[in-house]
Formats: sequence, structure tokens, C-alpha cells
Amino acid sequence: MKLLTGNDLKSGLVTWWTGEDWSINIEDAVDVGEQGEAILTAEEAARRVNSPYIIDGDEISGTPRPAHIKDRVRALGPTVRSDLTLKPNDASAIDKVV
Amino acid sequence: MYKYDQYDQSIVDARVAEFRDQVERRLAGEITEDQFKPLRLQNGLYLQLHAYMLRVAIPYGTLNSKQMKMLAHIARKYDRDYGHFTTRQNIQYNWIQLDQTPDLLEELASVEMHAIQTSGNCIRNISSDQYAGAAADEVADPRPWAELLRQWSTFHPEFAHLPRKFKFAVIASEEDRAAMRLHDIGIQLVHNDAGELGARFFVGGGMGRTPMIGPMVRDFVPADDLVSYAEACLRVYNRYGRRDNKYKARIKILVHELGKDEYTRQVEEEFKHIKTLNLDPPKAELERITTFFQDPDYDLSASDDLDLSDPDFAVWVNQNVKAHKQTGYAIANISLKPIGGIPGDASSAQIDVMADLAKDYSFDELRVTHAQNIVLPHVKKSDLYALWQKLDEAELATPNLDLISDMIACPGLDYCSLANARSIPVAQKIATRFADVGKQKELGELKLKISGCINACGHHHAGHIGILGVDRKGVENYQLSLGGSGAEDVSLAKITGPGFDEDGIVDAVEKATNVYLEQREGDERFVDTYRRVGMAPFKEALYD
Amino acid sequence: MTDIFSLRDDTPVSELPVSIEEFLGGNATAVRIEVGEDTRQLLPYLDRIALVEVSFPAFTDGRGYSAARILREAGYNAELRAQGDVLLDQIRYMHRCGFDSFAPEKPLKADQVDAVLKRFDAVYQSSMDGQNPVWNLRHGG
Repeated sequence: MKLLTGNDLKSGLVTWWTGEDWSINIEDAVDVGEQGEAILTAEEAARRVNSPYIIDGDEISGTPRPAHIKDRVRALGPTVRSDLTLKPNDASAIDKVV
Repeated sequence: MYKYDQYDQSIVDARVAEFRDQVERRLAGEITEDQFKPLRLQNGLYLQLHAYMLRVAIPYGTLNSKQMKMLAHIARKYDRDYGHFTTRQNIQYNWIQLDQTPDLLEELASVEMHAIQTSGNCIRNISSDQYAGAAADEVADPRPWAELLRQWSTFHPEFAHLPRKFKFAVIASEEDRAAMRLHDIGIQLVHNDAGELGARFFVGGGMGRTPMIGPMVRDFVPADDLVSYAEACLRVYNRYGRRDNKYKARIKILVHELGKDEYTRQVEEEFKHIKTLNLDPPKAELERITTFFQDPDYDLSASDDLDLSDPDFAVWVNQNVKAHKQTGYAIANISLKPIGGIPGDASSAQIDVMADLAKDYSFDELRVTHAQNIVLPHVKKSDLYALWQKLDEAELATPNLDLISDMIACPGLDYCSLANARSIPVAQKIATRFADVGKQKELGELKLKISGCINACGHHHAGHIGILGVDRKGVENYQLSLGGSGAEDVSLAKITGPGFDEDGIVDAVEKATNVYLEQREGDERFVDTYRRVGMAPFKEALYD
Repeated sequence: MTDIFSLRDDTPVSELPVSIEEFLGGNATAVRIEVGEDTRQLLPYLDRIALVEVSFPAFTDGRGYSAARILREAGYNAELRAQGDVLLDQIRYMHRCGFDSFAPEKPLKADQVDAVLKRFDAVYQSSMDGQNPVWNLRHGG
């Protein structure tokens, strides 16, 4: 699957394209298929996202999973500070990144 | 310490206002990200892996307690309650909001701080010796020269869009505590035969993917010529540095491709011309700046005696406290490398503690080191025990300065969008493997440096043991190198062979240290033994 | 042709600038410097030049700043024009290096240019705009 990700222009937080908006939770991300470039161009022009790009991913038990470790780290947060990740109480979350 | 006058303050205030305007225009869509990026970078604001990251300048690594407190305040109010001290003696915050940045900068400006030119293709923060003004071996305090260069380089109109970033380091002793030869321009203050103070210029050092040791291009630049000579060095680079390939754009490549002699010839010719333009500041300016760096009001009757009856205190003193030029005083190093911690990180609470301790025990002064530690430069020996107890309470008394667990590590793939592999978990595992202080002391001085990608922010080329994280088909892999040094015995580390996985690299480091323990003679350090016996015995232990 | 934004008192030169090569072999009075060309080739001829146009193919390419300074340092005082990717946020640097006219690909707004040129009332370096650096002001210079 193809996912669209970038950062929120104001806050800088990592965001994922949900089909109609941007979410900080990768669980909300949708497969953009061949539409990635078009969405990216429109969304960047509208300043709803900063520096977006398209990545490859898979769906693992209903949740999108980026193919590259870099985007898996982006999706969760620093693996060395579980308290600062999006899943501070899920001990296995970091293992799934690596 | 240097204090702003009305001019310094007005320049920093104007930059805050300018950046506020630039952010507003970006948010309103008047400028594109491509146009905005160099503007925000030249103000220290990156778009990093998780969010915007702001790097705040700490000129030549010197700051006072009020400034340090402000850094804690920024971490609390605008970030996630901690900061990361960097190898360029700066601090960075990982989660800054773009729209809040102008307010943050305004708060920084209120304590004479800024983020000007902490990134971008311009002259960056000038770094220096963390023991400046306190070390017995310096010919002069290097910081007035660094401050003069800071002012000269701030918003320099000709050099705001160089081929690539540009880093200066200024030191004033034979012992190099600032990796001076690995900077674009390294300056060593020396006296000439007439007893005048001047600058020895080394140009074209650097790390990154093509590490180089900077050759000397001039053995003595008098104070009166400092600015003109620096202008000449930079102009030749700005005109002829490569702009076709960002990986070949640093000045080290220009110096290497032209050859040191030809580069020097061009600089000298340009200097001869520039010197006619009367660009150098009046003599009185360096003198004015120097008055801010006078010795603090030492207690001249302070005793040199130290009660080391508390064994834990003795271990800390032995490792982290260094000789001061003034009888009865010492330099106290605060390690930001607790075993299993994140190298260079400090919580807001810890930053506050260090600020308070500087006020109480070190004439209100702190330093940041290129090895990502903090220094209290002027501590009365009779205060050391009380200081140590308070550091210990704040988990800031790890006695490991220059030992294997006192690692430099870049933020790596946990924070950095350029990284290929994580650095911090490797640092944590190695530190944990060597957690026993006795074991570490047995190994003696051992500088281990870890980078998460080829850009070498973790100085792996300059490590007695260097580790480089790479991406091997989507999996983190770590290459080991040996024999580097960023000190006066500067050398570039050599790679041992094929890389290792995360656990494998920890084992490999241990094997390398075992070879050292078996082979060392007398009081050789790890790097001395390596230089004597060469790579072969290490390779054998690592790969057979 | 794009609009010329001038900080000079005289009218911008309308003659189309020629390449350095053509200039050196002819009688043109307006010349254009591309990035990477050695500006110093012009120094013997400054008396007959009415316009030097310096190319900025990308605003991040800073070679034009050195080109401008070299000309001004040699005493050139006719029109010095920055052409190309000339943006509001670099105007101050350009002006300080000696540019006094601009041919931006996208028009500049006069009030915004005015504001950026006035924003900093103190500077640390001597350059080509005549502004007295603070290290002179501090010592009565």
C-alpha cells in the first residue's frame, strides 16, 4: 500500500493522510493508491501539510505499517523515550518498530 | 563573560522581529517552504524526524546561570521538559512549534541568547575550549577572539549563502580540547617571537563523509589582521567552493582539490587586497571584549587541600575534576552520560540544578563541551564535596569523564531525519556492558564516538573507537573503526572490516578492549596501543 | 523584461547587458556576470561600464555577493544589478554587498523592501553600503 505522510505546518508534528484530513495517528492512514502525488500537491499548496511524501507500507492486522524503519520511528516517536511516544503505555510498541 | 551592549541587543532583537515576520509570511503562504527553509535554518530551526527542532547558540560554550535557567524554562514551556547538548556546544529542542518560535526567541533575547546561524550554509557558532580562562596551559583566553569572530560572522552579508556550512573553533593551548583541526577553520592562539598574541590558521578540516585534518595555512595572523584574513579565507571559498555536489561543497574539498599551497596562495593574494579596505575593527575593540573575560574574584587564600576520605567522592574527583590555573580552585566536569542514559540529554530540572550550582560554586559560569558534558570552570576546592553531593542528588555525578561510557553519540534515527541507524540504543548498551567503574578505569582514557549516518555528527572518525550506523537493506548495521583522535594527536579512525548488528557491535567493542588489555605496554592508552600494534590483532579478535 | 527595482537616483540602464566575452571584445557598456565567472576580468574597464548585472540562478547560490563586493571594492560606482532568483529576504545582504538595483523574477513590493532595509539599525561588519559597523561606533569612530 501507499501512504502519505508529512508534518503539520504549525506544530511540526508527524501526520498521516486519512482520506480527507491529516492525523497524527498512523492507524487513521489510508492507502492512497495512485492518488498520492495529486493529494500531496493540493495539500501542500493549501498549507495543510509541510514537506509531504509518499511511502510504501503494508497492512498488519488492520494497521498500516511503513516499510522503512525511519517512518516507523516517525509514526511512534523516539524508541529511547517510550514516555514521549504516542503509545507510552504499550511496552511492545517499540519492539514493533525495530 | 561577555555582556551585550545596546548594539548587540538591538541586532538580536531585530532578528527576532525579522523572524516573526518571516514565520507569518510562511504561514500566510507568501513564501514557499523552499524559500523559507534557508531562513529558518539560519535561525536554527530544522524540520526533523518528529517535529521542528530548534538549536540555540551557546557562543564558545559559555553561559551564565540566568541563561542556563532560561534554557530550562524553554524546555518546560515550549518543549518536552528536556534539552540535548550538542557537539558544537549548543543545545537543541526536539518538539518546537513553528508558530511559537518567535515568542521563544524573544524570551531568549531577554537573556542575551539567540539561535542565529546555528544551521544553514553560513558561518556557524564559534566553538572553543571548555576550559578557557581556567586552564593553566593556555597562552591566553581564546574567547575574546571567538567573540570577535562571532560578531564579525553574524549576518555577514557576503557569506550568508556559502556552498555549505562553515565551522570555526578557537583554542589557545597545545592540548586540543575542541577538535580544532577537524573544523573548517581551526585557530590556535600563539605568541610570536616578539611575544605578541596571534592566530595560527588551519583550514579545511572536517568530518562528514570525507574526513580531513585541516592543514596549517598561516602560522601567525596578528590580531589586527584577524578579520581581514578570515574574510580572505572565506571569499576564496565562497567564489570557488564546489556548488555542483553538496557532498563535495565543504571547504576541505576545495583545499584538497587545489592543494594547500595553491589555496594558501589565493588566500594571501586576496588578503593583500582586503587589507587595503580597512575592514578590521579598531584595536580597542578586541581590548574592550577582553575586559569581559577577566579572571573572577578568586579567594587568593583558598586552600589546595582536599579531603578525599569519602571513597565515592574520591572516585569522582579523580575522574571528573581537572586542575585549575588558580591555587585552591578546580575545574569540575558534570557528565551527561549516566550509564544507560541518553548522551547529552538533560531534564529541565537538571538544567536548573546545574544553573544553581554555577551560581553558588562557580562564579555564575558554566560551559558546554564538545563531548556533550557541562563544566563548572571555577570551583573552590573546599566547595567540591558539597557540590558533588548536590550533583549526586540530581543524578549528575557519574564519574566517567573520558572513559568508555563518556561517549559522544549523535541523536541518530531516534530523532534525526538524515540518520540511517539509531545511535542512542547502541550507546546505552555499550555503557551498560561497561557499567562497572572499575572496569572502565582499567581501560583508562577511551574515546568512543557513535554516528548514525555518514555525516558524522557523532565524530566517529575521531574516536579511539568509532562506530558508524548504516542502513543495510533496511536493517541497522554498525561499522567499527579504530585509532581516531580529535585531540592534539589528531588522526582519522580506520574501519576494521564488515559491520555488525546492534548486539554484535557491543560484543565487538568489548573484544577490541580485550585486545588492548592483552597487548598494552606500560601506561599506554587504548589508542597508543592501537597505533603501536596496528589493526591486525584487533581484526583477528573481531573476525576469526 | 522584468521590472527593475532601483535604489539609485538615476534611471536604470536600459541597454541589454552582454556576456563578459562579448564585452571584452567590443564596446558595450552593460555587462552580465554569470555565476562562476571571474568578476576581476572587468576591473580594467570599470570606467566605461554603466551597468553590471549579476546573475542569481538560485537565491542560495551566494557567489554573486562576492562578485558585487569585488566590483565595489575596486571603485565601481555605476549601477550594480542583481538579476534572477532575487527575493525579499536576501535584499539586505545584497544591498550591503553593493547591489543598488534588482531585477527579480517575481516583483518585489516597495514597502516590504523598505522595511527589510530598515530593520537592522546596527551591523557588525564594514561592507559596501557605507553603514558604520558597531565596532567603530563603540570607539567613537
